[in-house]
Amino acid sequence: MKKFVPWILVAVFAAWVLSTLHHPPETGFHARDFGRLPVLLGGRVQPFDSVARNTLLQIRERQSVGEMSATAWLMETMMDPDRADRRDVFRIDNLELLNLLQLPERQKYYSFSQIQPHLDDISKQAQRINNVEDTSRTAFERQLLKLANALEVYQRLKLSLCPPGTTDFAGQLAAYEQAIPAGVAAAQAREAGKSYDQAAFNRLIDFLSSYNDLSKFSYPLVVPPAPDAKSRADWQNIGQSLMNVVHGGEFVPAVKAYAAMATAYNQNQPAAFNQALDDYRRWLGEWFVPETRQGVQEFFFNEFQPFYQAIVIYVTAFLLAVIALLTFAFAPKLSETLRCSAFWLVVLGGVIHTFGLVFRMWLEGRPPVTNLYSSAIFIGWGCVMLGIILERVFAVGLGSAVASFAGFVTLIIAHNLSMDGDTMEMLRAVLDTNFWLATHVVVVTLGYASTFMAGLLGVTYVLLGLFTPLLKYKSGDMELGKVLTKMAYGIVCFAALFSFTGTVLGGIWADQSWGRFWGWDPKENGALLIVLWNAAILHARWGGLIRERGLMNMVIFGNIVTSWSWFGVNMLGIGLHSYGFMDAAFWWLLAFVLSQVGLILLGLLPPGMWRSSQTPPRSAAP
Amino acid sequence: MLLERLIKFFTSLRLTVVLLVLSLVLVFAGTLAEVHLGLYKAQTEFFRSFFIYWHPENAAWKIPVFPGGYLLGMALLLNLVAAHVSRFKFSRDKIGLWIIHAGLILLILGQLATDMFAVESQMHLRQSQMKNYSESDRRDELAVTDITDKKLETVVAIPERLLARKGDLRNVQLPFVVSVKEFYANSLLSTNAAPGFTQVNAESGFGANLWWKQVPRETAMDRRDLPSALVEIVTPQGSLGTWLVSDWLEQPQPFTANGRAYSLQLRLERFYLPFSLRLLRFQHDVYEGTDIPKNFSSRLLLNRPDTSEHREVLIYMNNPLRYDGRTFYQASFDPDNQGTILQVVKNPGWLTPYLACVLIATGMVVQFLSHLIPFLRKRRIS
Repeated sequence: MKKFVPWILVAVFAAWVLSTLHHPPETGFHARDFGRLPVLLGGRVQPFDSVARNTLLQIRERQSVGEMSATAWLMETMMDPDRADRRDVFRIDNLELLNLLQLPERQKYYSFSQIQPHLDDISKQAQRINNVEDTSRTAFERQLLKLANALEVYQRLKLSLCPPGTTDFAGQLAAYEQAIPAGVAAAQAREAGKSYDQAAFNRLIDFLSSYNDLSKFSYPLVVPPAPDAKSRADWQNIGQSLMNVVHGGEFVPAVKAYAAMATAYNQNQPAAFNQALDDYRRWLGEWFVPETRQGVQEFFFNEFQPFYQAIVIYVTAFLLAVIALLTFAFAPKLSETLRCSAFWLVVLGGVIHTFGLVFRMWLEGRPPVTNLYSSAIFIGWGCVMLGIILERVFAVGLGSAVASFAGFVTLIIAHNLSMDGDTMEMLRAVLDTNFWLATHVVVVTLGYASTFMAGLLGVTYVLLGLFTPLLKYKSGDMELGKVLTKMAYGIVCFAALFSFTGTVLGGIWADQSWGRFWGWDPKENGALLIVLWNAAILHARWGGLIRERGLMNMVIFGNIVTSWSWFGVNMLGIGLHSYGFMDAAFWWLLAFVLSQVGLILLGLLPPGMWRSSQTPPRSAAP
Repeated sequence: MLLERLIKFFTSLRLTVVLLVLSLVLVFAGTLAEVHLGLYKAQTEFFRSFFIYWHPENAAWKIPVFPGGYLLGMALLLNLVAAHVSRFKFSRDKIGLWIIHAGLILLILGQLATDMFAVESQMHLRQSQMKNYSESDRRDELAVTDITDKKLETVVAIPERLLARKGDLRNVQLPFVVSVKEFYANSLLSTNAAPGFTQVNAESGFGANLWWKQVPRETAMDRRDLPSALVEIVTPQGSLGTWLVSDWLEQPQPFTANGRAYSLQLRLERFYLPFSLRLLRFQHDVYEGTDIPKNFSSRLLLNRPDTSEHREVLIYMNNPLRYDGRTFYQASFDPDNQGTILQVVKNPGWLTPYLACVLIATGMVVQFLSHLIPFLRKRRIS
C-alpha cells in the first residue's frame, strides 16, 4: 500500500493542476474572449488580458479587483469609465500621502473619484519629485510618484477605446462619417478664403478635437496595421485611425468592431457585444494569424499561472521532506514513504516550473533570463534541478527539502518583482542579443543558483546539527552530516565553475559592446565577489584550513555574497548594469543578510552545544 | 632556513585564502566607494593602487590602511606561480587545475597590460562632420598651435598634469615660455561678479572681462571637470601678457610671437589617427509605440589617405569596428539624434581574456570530469 502513496499524491496534484485549465462557458459578456484580443503595448503584441493584469499589478498590486477579473475591469474602464471611476483600485499605504489627499486611513484601496479632486496637487508634487534623484527620494515621494504614474496609466486607459462621455460610440461614428464630406468641404473653402458652412465646419472640428485626445493619450495601440502595410509593427490607436479618415483614409474594421462593442457594453447588451467580438475575432483570424496566436497563447499562460501552482506543490513537498527527515530515526518506513512522496512532488513541481519557463521563452523568443523577474524564476529552476540531482545521488530527503524550499522562495520573490509591470518587456538596445543572453546571463545565473544551493545546504547542516541529533544518523553507510558536506562541496565546485565562466563571458560581452573587458562596474564586481568567495572556500578546503563546520559556515556566507550581487548592487543606482532598481527590497535584503549572519554565529557555537555531537552515531536501518 | 620559510609562506594555500578574502573585502569596499567617489576615482584609489590610504580631512599626511588592487593582484600572482613552480609534479588528476591556473595567470597579466597600455578616448561626430582624432573623456591639454601656415598647423600640447604643477613650461618648438600662474582643476566662469567669483584680470583675450571660481572635483559618472588656468607667455624679449585659458571657452585665442601667429586653447586631450571618419547617418531605433531604444547605429565614411582606403562602415550595439589596432564602439549620442559618440579603445592586450577564458573553461571541464566520472563509477559499483 505504502508504495502507492507517492503516486497517489502526485496524481492528485497533477489532477488539480489540470483542473485549473477547465473553464465553464461564459455567460453575459465574453470577457475571456475579449481578453485574448491582441494589441500592441510596450513595443510588443500582447493580449488585452496582459495589459489588464500588468496595469492592475502596477496600481493595485493584485491581478484582479476582488471577484472581478482583470479583463472585466479593463473592459469597464475602457468602455464605461464613469462606473470604473467608483471602483477601489488605487492602492495607497503611505500615511503622509493619504493625509495630503485627505483620504480616510486604512481603506487600503481608493477609487479614482476619491482621488480626483487632488489631481492637480499630485501632478505638481510629481513634477518636483521627478527632479529629485532616485536615490535621495523619501518614502512619501516614491509613493506619490508611484500614484502619479498609476493615475496617468489609468487615465490613458480610459481614453483607449472611446471618447470620454460617449454612451453610443457606434452611433457617434455614423454621425462622424456623415459629417465628414460637408465638414471637409467647409474646411477647404475656409482655407481658400471663400465663404463656408460654419455649422458643418464646427461639427467636424468637435469630432476631431475629441479624437485628437484619444490619439494623444490612448494607452495600448488597439488598431492593427492594414493587412498590406509595410511593417507588421505599425499599429495605431483609435484616435489616430479616426483622424486619418478625414485625410481620405477609411473606417477600418477594428475601429468599427470596437465601437460596436463599446455601445453594446454601455447599453448592457451582452448578445450584441459577443456578436461584435466574434466578428472581430473572425476578421483578425483571417489577416493576423501570428498576432492572434500570440494573444491566445499569452492569455493561456496568464490564466494557467504555472509558477503559482509550482509554489503550492513545492510548499507541500517541503513540508513532507521535513517531516521525512524528522521521522527518519523512529519511523523509518513512514519516513521513506514521505521522502519518496516529497521527491516525486518536487519532480512534478519541477515539470510545471520548467513548462512555465520554456513557455515564457517561447512567447518571448528569448533565452530564459532577460530581467530581474526572470532571473528569480531561473535561479529557482536551477536550484530545483540541482536538488533533484542531489536527491538521486544521495537518497536521504535533503535534496528534496532544499530544492522545494529554494523553489518556492524564489518564485515568491519573482512574484513580488512582477509588481513593476510587464515581465516580458522589450530589451534595451545593448541587451538585445540572444547570443550573450543565452551564454553569459544563463551561466552567471546558474552560478548564483548553485551558490545559493550550497548556502542552503549549509543552513540545513547548522539547523539539523544544533537542534537535532540527525547529523550523526546513518543512511546506508554514511552519516547525514558527511552526506551534507559532500553535497555542499560538490555544489561549491559547480558554483565556482559557473560563476567564473559566467563572469568571464560577461567581460567578453562588455569588451564587445563597451570596449573594455573589465570596468569595475558594480554588477561586475558583484559577480567577481561570488567567484572570489567560491575560490576562497575551495582553497581553504584543499589547504585543510576548514573541515565540515568551517565549510558550512563559509557556504552560508556565500548566501550573503550572492544576495548582494543579485539585489544589493541594483540598489546602489550606479553603473551600466543597474537595470533593476528597487527600494522596498532593501529591508528584505538587510533582514536576509542578518539572518545569515545569525546562522553563521550559531554555526560557530562550540560542538559541545550541538545536539548532533551529543549523540553517538546510529543507524536508521531497521 | 629563512629562504625555506619564505618559500613555504609564498607557496601556502593559507596565503591564497587570505589574499582571496582580502580581495573580496577590497572589491566590496571599492563598490561602495563608487557611490560617493564616482566610478573613475574609486577605481584609481581602490583597484589601480598599491595601498588604500586613510587621512583625516584636510590633513597633509596619510597612512596606508589596506592593500590595493595592484598589491593584491601581484601577491596572488606570486603565490600562484610560486606554488606551481615548487610543487610541479605531473599527474593526471591535476591537469585540469594546471590549465585553470595558467589561464588565470594569463588573465591577470592581460588585465595588468590593459591597465598600463590601453588608451580610451571618445569621438564625437555631428551629422556629416569629419574628424581625424579622438578625444580623452576627462583629461585636458593646453594646445599651443602655430597657425601661421593655413595648410599645416603644428600643435604643441601641454597635458593637464603639467599645468597643475604651475610654473614655467618650455618646449624646443616654442620660441617662448608658457608660465602657468594659476590652475583650477574644476572651475566655473561668470561674466559678472557673482558671489564666490573673483575677477580673472587676464591682460589679453577673453579673460579680461570674466570672473572665475574654483569648484570641487566632479565625482558623478556623467559629468566631468572643466579646468581653467591663467597663463603668461614670456618671450626672451619680455612678457606678451596673461591669458585665461579654460575648457569653458570654445574658441582658441590668437596671439603673435616672433613674427609667427599662434593660438591658445585649453581643450580635451586629442589622439590623432592616420585616417578620418565622417558621420553619414546616426540612427536611433525605438520599439513601436514606446521610447524604449531598440538599436543605435552609426554609418560612417572611413578615409585613409596613405593607403587610399575609402569605404563605408557601420557601427552598432554589440558590433564595434576594429581597425588599425583600435576599436570603435557605439557609446552614446546627442539628445537631438543628430550626432554620435564613439568610444575609441586602443588595447594591445584585448585578446588575452578570450584566450584565458578558453583555457580556464577547458581546465574546469577536465578537472570536473576527472572527479565526477570516478565518483559516479564508484557509486554504481557500491
